[in-house]
Amino acid sequence: MMDSLGPQEWTAIMLSLRVALVATLAALPVAIWIAYILARKSFPGRQVLNGIVHLPLVLPPVVTGYLLLVLFGQQGPIGAPLYNLFGVSFSFRWTGAALAAAIMAFPLMVRAIRLGFEAVDAGLEDAAATLGASRWRVMGTVTLPLVLPGILAGAILGFAKALGEFGATITFVAAIPGQTQTIPTAIYGLLQVPGEEPAVLGLVIVSVVLAMGALLVSEWLARRMARKVGR
Amino acid sequence: MITVDIQQKLGAFQLKARFEAPSGVTAIFGPSGSGKTSIVNAVAGLRRPDNGRIAVGGDVLFDSADRVNLPPHKRRIGYVFQDARLFPHMTVLRNLRYGGQHDEAQVIAVLGLGDLLQRMPAGLSGGERQRVALGRALMCNPRLLLMDEPLAALDAARKAEILPYIERLRDSVEIPILYVSHDMSEVARLATTLVVLNSGQVAVSGPIGQVLSHPDAVPLVGVRAAGAVITTRVSGRLLDDGLTELTFSGGRLVLPGILGVIGQTVRVRIPAQDVILAKTTPVGISALNVLPVEITQINEGRGPGVAVGLKAGEAHLLARVTRRSAQRMQLAAGQKIFAIIKATAVGPEDIGS
Repeated sequence: MMDSLGPQEWTAIMLSLRVALVATLAALPVAIWIAYILARKSFPGRQVLNGIVHLPLVLPPVVTGYLLLVLFGQQGPIGAPLYNLFGVSFSFRWTGAALAAAIMAFPLMVRAIRLGFEAVDAGLEDAAATLGASRWRVMGTVTLPLVLPGILAGAILGFAKALGEFGATITFVAAIPGQTQTIPTAIYGLLQVPGEEPAVLGLVIVSVVLAMGALLVSEWLARRMARKVGR
Repeated sequence: MITVDIQQKLGAFQLKARFEAPSGVTAIFGPSGSGKTSIVNAVAGLRRPDNGRIAVGGDVLFDSADRVNLPPHKRRIGYVFQDARLFPHMTVLRNLRYGGQHDEAQVIAVLGLGDLLQRMPAGLSGGERQRVALGRALMCNPRLLLMDEPLAALDAARKAEILPYIERLRDSVEIPILYVSHDMSEVARLATTLVVLNSGQVAVSGPIGQVLSHPDAVPLVGVRAAGAVITTRVSGRLLDDGLTELTFSGGRLVLPGILGVIGQTVRVRIPAQDVILAKTTPVGISALNVLPVEITQINEGRGPGVAVGLKAGEAHLLARVTRRSAQRMQLAAGQKIFAIIKATAVGPEDIGS
């Protein structure tokens, strides 16, 4: 079966993994921070922030991709200074695919991690403070270890979403083989050509295996952690 | 010495608490919703009062006028919560050491935690959890210990298991303790000072013997909770009958149970509703304890009962009789009469060391 996957398909698979991994790792710290703020702090504009975070979930992905193109293109209001100051470019490069995947995965990650924060008894944080722990120590020794299952769930969910991202990616960075062509865009491209069904099937199987693998790993980690907490 | 003088708006009512707590155990007593927990949370620094001042010893922890508000982790105040709040992802030993390792060996020995050290909190019983929480608070070497209904979630057997630990703590450690409770027998056993709260205000405060034996306190602490707490010394043990003879300045009490060795100090709570009054020395009755007393004050409440303050030697007692009896006996302040205490009325929960 794997014979049906040519070098171009393998390139797409490796690129997809890289894009999804980078997108997840880059988005995770921000997602944890935003989830913490949404779960624990009350401030004016909280609902607005919540809305902005969820926007990619409800907008048509093509619209998100178009907005990214406008904002992060080399002439865009964010893309131009980034390119001029740091030489970072997103348009039609794999970094752009990672950015699109990160933005699309972000709301899912925030939701899962936020649930994790809400499940942690704030009373435990109070108890740690009375025992002399500073806010950072409380965060590092009590809050984050207890939120870890939520963070993990968010990361896996985000990774799976990033792996499957299609609309925003193809709009923002197109599907250039070896540059921006990920598994979903490769499948779509192959479907346009008669006689490529075996390659499509191969990529589909790879997708299923990756998704199942991510789920199993997250289940296993969650159970291991639950045992550690003794529940 | 702990000085608390705070105001805080709490939903519908205003908390206005002002009291001083000397060393020893100061109990904050009151019905649910009277603001007890809000006070200890303010002392711990977990909630900020709207106004006021909190000081422990010479150190100001909070002063709204001077804009002082020390964060909780800089206050060095141990807090034992009603629900223990052990960290679920740490072993007992890591929980204990979280705030420090002050007197580790001694704390573990005194609280009997040696066998629990490698266990996880989820596998502990309620009583064990509370003991670990207490040890954890002590090991951060606090200058003040707060205990918010630490026994409320436990059944009678578990309570009886922990109370001696707290008593030992009170008698062996110099740390002052603020102890929140709505259970008077617990309070009477542990506290040296009592602060009675009533809808956010301090109704009465002072040494526990004085507060509880004062007739004015009856409506505040409740008819069942009112009663004197007297300090006695074991003077004889009637082993055959299973009784213990206790002496205090007002005379001699004989109570059921072997309550200690000769010479040991025992605190006894005598509920007001279990004291009977007689104008002459009663003869031919079954009660073992008849004390000559002097009436100090008579308070008529709204109900059918009357609270009668009594003085026996240096100790104050309190009796609650019906208004009808008080009138028929023509009781009046200054009269010398007799108080009869039925030995079995003083239950084991009313006797502490």
